Amino acid sequence: MDKFEKLQGIAAPMPLVNIDTDMIIPKIHLKSIKRTGFGKNLFDEMRYNRDGTEIPDFVLNKPQYRDAEIIVAGDNFGCGSSREHAPWAIADFGVKCVVSTSFADIFFNNCFKNGILPIVLPQEQIDVLMADAEKGANARMTVDLVAQEITTSDGEVITFNVDAFKKHCLLEGLDDIGLTMEKVTAIDTFEDKAAQARPWV
Amino acid sequence: MSPKTLYDKIWDAHVAHESEDGTCLLYIDRHLVHEVTSAQAFEGLRMTNRKVRAPGRTIAVPDHNVPTTPDRVNGIENEEGRIQVAALDKNAKEFGIHYYPMNDVRQGIVHIVGPEQGWTLPGMTVVCGDSHTATHGAFGALAHGIGTSEVEHVLATQTLIQQKSKNMKVEITGKLQPGVTAKDITMAVIGETGTGGGTGYVIEYCGEAIRDLSMEGRMTVCNMAIEGGARAGLIAPDQTTYDYVNGRTHAPKGAQWEAALNWWKTLFTDADAEFDKVITLRGEDIQPVVTWGTSPEDVLPITATVPSPEDFEGGKVDAVKRALDYMGLTSGQKLTDIEIDTVFIGSCTNGRIEDLRAVAEVVKGKKIKDGMRAMIVPGSGLVRAQAEEEGLGEIFIEAGFEWRLAGCSMCLAMNPDQLSENERCASTSNRNFEGRQGYKGRTHLVSPAMAAAAALTGHLTDIRDLA
Repeated sequence: MDKFEKLQGIAAPMPLVNIDTDMIIPKIHLKSIKRTGFGKNLFDEMRYNRDGTEIPDFVLNKPQYRDAEIIVAGDNFGCGSSREHAPWAIADFGVKCVVSTSFADIFFNNCFKNGILPIVLPQEQIDVLMADAEKGANARMTVDLVAQEITTSDGEVITFNVDAFKKHCLLEGLDDIGLTMEKVTAIDTFEDKAAQARPWV
Repeated sequence: MSPKTLYDKIWDAHVAHESEDGTCLLYIDRHLVHEVTSAQAFEGLRMTNRKVRAPGRTIAVPDHNVPTTPDRVNGIENEEGRIQVAALDKNAKEFGIHYYPMNDVRQGIVHIVGPEQGWTLPGMTVVCGDSHTATHGAFGALAHGIGTSEVEHVLATQTLIQQKSKNMKVEITGKLQPGVTAKDITMAVIGETGTGGGTGYVIEYCGEAIRDLSMEGRMTVCNMAIEGGARAGLIAPDQTTYDYVNGRTHAPKGAQWEAALNWWKTLFTDADAEFDKVITLRGEDIQPVVTWGTSPEDVLPITATVPSPEDFEGGKVDAVKRALDYMGLTSGQKLTDIEIDTVFIGSCTNGRIEDLRAVAEVVKGKKIKDGMRAMIVPGSGLVRAQAEEEGLGEIFIEAGFEWRLAGCSMCLAMNPDQLSENERCASTSNRNFEGRQGYKGRTHLVSPAMAAAAALTGHLTDIRDLA
């Protein structure tokens, strides 16, 4: 997994609430058996007309946001399906950080497995970041995971919380499975005990 | 010992390792697998030379892509869908996991097959790369959806890296009114909490109205816990649960059954255990409900009118404007005046035998509206077989429904069953998101009885007016 330490980039504003996983990547694009190549269909039905032409009003189609690496989103981003194709599409497009007042649980976890940093902030701070993102390409935000700080284009600093273990994994680009494999003795022991206690399982 | 919730008890029984920061390795008893979210995980195992740690606990079935028409015995026409199912066939064989292939009579929607075969038991941890894994919570099993990276993690280690959620209680007191079903309960709760109201929580549903539900009804309730944002929904096991489980293929037998039962009977929330959040609804107050918008929280009683953006606050105002535009609805319009083109009955929410019986009761001896496209898709091959045995299939066909084979079907439009642009559907599924049932398709979520009623009248209908 790619490491995430510090990112300076364009933030795209997406104030709509409840942006769901079907909006992020419609199911018709879930049929690949690979993890890559989903970026072109990110936000597919909001981004393209049926004939494949772009909808010019959609934020990521606007010239100033085409290279966005951060999304500032409305409440409850990523609700719905467990499909990891959603964060795969986001990462494949080039977005590495999403900021919102809240995220759906499964989506939130899926982000960390794919080098994407989801940040939860109170509404007032989202309002500040949304306003900054509205300024377009010249307003580049900085997201510093080590310091747990977002710096707006005006130099305003907003601190954020992140789970210590998830932070560690992102900073180091660690593979969860490898880490868990180191604890295989604990799993073996648990399995033996559970087989005694609940042999019917 | 401090009092515990049901969730606390199941959690504590499955922690294989706890780090200093509270991050746990949660042991997984059952891992359900389907074709859409697993191929990349199996590929990951292959690339790292890892095996499936517990193939006996791993159960796979294709459901999202499979066509539900009889011609599927000839294979899946769509190439990508065919490749995905073929990949699952190959992975199941190569890694030695339990498998119900497309043309096995036991095939069906993964969340219907698991309980039906007795894989899902009280007190277990159950995961699947699918958000509607919440369904299995009906048995008092801690069950939730995971992403593909986590699917690979569970395949390789039989554990998940987890932090504990908070406890939320949703109590439905008293009795339900005639015409009100488990689907109305679960949708009414989401209408109350919003789609983010359960985020960070595991919900325990309790109260007399929940106790009175069958296992099928309880599965419907827990199925949509995820639509309220909760990691999982739970219902404490009781005699209804034991009676459902007893005798199923993979349920314990004999002395094992007695031992299991003894433990299951300890699986309840202690009297003085504390919840972080409590929602209480009176069963008597719940009406037959319907969604009018593009989020499952857009719920209203069928007797209501389409709301206006001004009725809302904050970011929801724009979302409602967008939803009304997408749905082609006008504020103030009566919900019962909304005309329906298509009726879809099925899905992991409402594709069980009880749901089909409820539909049959409404449509028996009647005809669906002229020009109506209406399909009934059983949740598994065995549900279909049982419905046939009870004569329901015949009732459906005589009423004018298409009576299909098992699969996810039009719940998510990954297979040939889809809505076309602006086609309006009364659906017993779980999501009314934009494009969920097909590009620009318009979904109204309802109970099976209400879907059946709409098929007869051609518009959204209050089931209580039909009697």
